[in-house]
Amino acid sequence: MDGAVTPGFDVERIRADFPILATEHRGKKLVFLDSGASAQKPTQVIGAMVRTMESAYANVHRGAYHLSETATAAYEAARVACARFLNAPRPEDIIFTSNSTMAMNLVAHSFGRGLMKPGQAVVISEMEHHANLVPWQMLRDGHGTQLRVCRITDAGELDLNHLAELLADGKVGLVAITHMSNVLGSVTPATQIARMAHEAGARVLFDGSQAAVHRRVDVQAIDADFYCFTGHKLYGPTGIGVLYAKAELQRAMPPFLGGGDMIASVTYEKTTWAEPPAKFEAGTPPIIEAVGLHAAIDYVEAIGMPAIEAHERALVDHAMATLPHVEGLTIYGKAQDRGGVFAFALDNAHAHDLSTLLDRAGIAVRAGRHCAEPLHERLGAGSGTCRASFGLYTTKAEIDYLAEALASARRFFA
Amino acid sequence: MFDDLRDLYQEVILDHGRKPRNFRRLENGTHHARGDNPLCGDKMELWLALDEDGTIADAAFQGRGCAISMASASLMTETVKGKSPALARALGEQFRELAMTGTCPHCQAALEEEMERLTPLSGVHEFPSRVKCATLAWHTLNNALDNQGKEASSE
Repeated sequence: MDGAVTPGFDVERIRADFPILATEHRGKKLVFLDSGASAQKPTQVIGAMVRTMESAYANVHRGAYHLSETATAAYEAARVACARFLNAPRPEDIIFTSNSTMAMNLVAHSFGRGLMKPGQAVVISEMEHHANLVPWQMLRDGHGTQLRVCRITDAGELDLNHLAELLADGKVGLVAITHMSNVLGSVTPATQIARMAHEAGARVLFDGSQAAVHRRVDVQAIDADFYCFTGHKLYGPTGIGVLYAKAELQRAMPPFLGGGDMIASVTYEKTTWAEPPAKFEAGTPPIIEAVGLHAAIDYVEAIGMPAIEAHERALVDHAMATLPHVEGLTIYGKAQDRGGVFAFALDNAHAHDLSTLLDRAGIAVRAGRHCAEPLHERLGAGSGTCRASFGLYTTKAEIDYLAEALASARRFFA
Repeated sequence: MFDDLRDLYQEVILDHGRKPRNFRRLENGTHHARGDNPLCGDKMELWLALDEDGTIADAAFQGRGCAISMASASLMTETVKGKSPALARALGEQFRELAMTGTCPHCQAALEEEMERLTPLSGVHEFPSRVKCATLAWHTLNNALDNQGKEASSE
């Protein structure tokens, strides 16, 4: 396969770190183009987790014995790595959750119910994943807040004029927007959105589930109030997510879940909360997963986020030069600033049939509406699309193979 | 590239998928239900017209979905016409077994001829994520016969 995508970026050496990429499925070499749903794991992550379980595992923050202290140190070191990864001011600004969905539910509960007043509004966009839609509907129905939806343009970019209109009456308490669409690949102008929100007196949350994987994120430069991402899309394990929240907000917000580890003192009459971020981490946390996430961050940082971004930009350019030549193929989203996510449909094959064919060719893509049903209706693709999403191990040759398979699939259904 | 998939996408499936039979609203329907497969976005609406002695005199559907789901709905409407509701439900039970296992050891000999019409869909059993595409129409049929007006879901 063509390895020389970006100078200094050796994709074949990277692929060798991912054991699953060498496997075959029904006799076909795996072409994994579903990293946007969940990415594969390098041996560095797998090894770090196994080593923890084999020799360094105990519960954290509880035991006064060496092994527990070792595990606690490893868990807290992961927090330091996450803070560095997002350029958060302090490790304490990082709250571990189980995934991005839980991070957004935490904000909906602790900030939405805790600090927003009924009648205030939450602004989301037309290209949100259900995880950044449903919690705000639940907040609306249970707490009396409004839900406002910012339009996207036909190119699939956030309509900033509409955002300004939605912010104009000063009632918006929170703007909750994706930093990169999981369907269209569009990257949103986070710094500008944050500035607009702040000028209107609103806080801002970015869903970085996709963006944090593909480019360097700096929460201080963006001036984000909240920023979340999930471990399993960043080549780390499932079961761990990250919420960055500004210190002043962490102090002001009530807890989300109650239990052990999030308390200072407990009597039957009254419980006082631990200092943040422990206040938001009830129960035994994802310890092994935190170690895995730490290893994943070390892994991508060793390659370098700018190098990863350049590699993916080259893949996007290659895909945009290749896929439009497939007859009958529609690609959704034409944002200027886009990451390696492509939703598409063939004129004579339903997304589900198409994904079955691609699967036979060894190509894993997602089919359906990608947890973004309203967006598919907006695009006029209500019956679904297929989505190819790239990772740092994706090659140009894989994109060429996808194009070839798509053309072949169209002939199959002709 | 995909020759081995001809077992799943037999010509009769592709034909019914492209040109579904009985693809229309039924203005004089007596029973109606909607079906939805939330995973992939298949949606269908089914109408039945039962005559005075309770026989399914007419069946029609509209909807959108993959070739498997459209073909299955099309073949189902053809199959249940002229049958009693009890017989239609029995065919549905047998079809589910066929779709999930590829065979139908419990199929009643008396229904063999009717099941033959549905056999082209048996290839779906090798594709666990696609079985629901094939069975959605039959779920919807049961709901229509129950006539509770609620949405059938493949989940």
